[in-house]
Amino acid sequence: MAKLYPENSIENFNDLKPKEETVNFLLNYSKALSVINYNKMKFEALLN
Amino acid sequence: MEHKFISDANLVSNYIKGDESALEILVTRHKQKIYSFIYSKVYDRDVAEDIFQDTFIKVINTLKRGAYNEEGKFLPWVMRISHNLVIDLFRKNTRMPKFDNSGDFSIFSVLSDNALNAEKMIIKEQVESDVRRLVEELPEDQKEVLMMRIYNDMSFKEISDRTGVSINTALGRMRYALINLRKIIDKHNIVLTN
Repeated sequence: MAKLYPENSIENFNDLKPKEETVNFLLNYSKALSVINYNKMKFEALLN
Repeated sequence: MEHKFISDANLVSNYIKGDESALEILVTRHKQKIYSFIYSKVYDRDVAEDIFQDTFIKVINTLKRGAYNEEGKFLPWVMRISHNLVIDLFRKNTRMPKFDNSGDFSIFSVLSDNALNAEKMIIKEQVESDVRRLVEELPEDQKEVLMMRIYNDMSFKEISDRTGVSINTALGRMRYALINLRKIIDKHNIVLTN
């Protein structure tokens, strides 16, 4: 009997990439985030 | 691209100093490896996307807080973060199993919304009003017991107290009430379906 494989198994993992919007979100998040140091305390501020 | 010649360690240090474009190079350089790694564990594009995003949010937070120790192992460190997030995801899923509804089998074929739709609601109302009318046909003593038991949700003890008969009599009347209802239904060929 022929062996059945689901299509997923032949999918090449190396071609996978995250969506452009996810990457853009991260870059924008990074730009918006600033960490403020005050008396050994750190505060995170997200500024848009 | 000229960026390729800058090592991860230098990019990280530039980023910590405030060079945002360094992060872009780092993400572009490693996104495929990290995303593929996550996808190879979770087999779901959307989940992989979420974990990828969470991973880099942690990376950004750590770097910006200055909590990162540069040991020349940026990629293994990011991989470790994503690996831990994948483990968290599996832990959460075993505590709270989620049904993946993307295949041929639809979960809604076995799970249904218990709320009645408009048609069923009308049928239910009709059945209930028919039953009410049938109950009216019963002898007074049986009707009284049945009304108290079914509509007022009283126990047989309470019914016997209220009506002043013994519990067994109340039980007997209930039994006859049901038998008589069935008889009337059979006799008149009434169809009560829901």
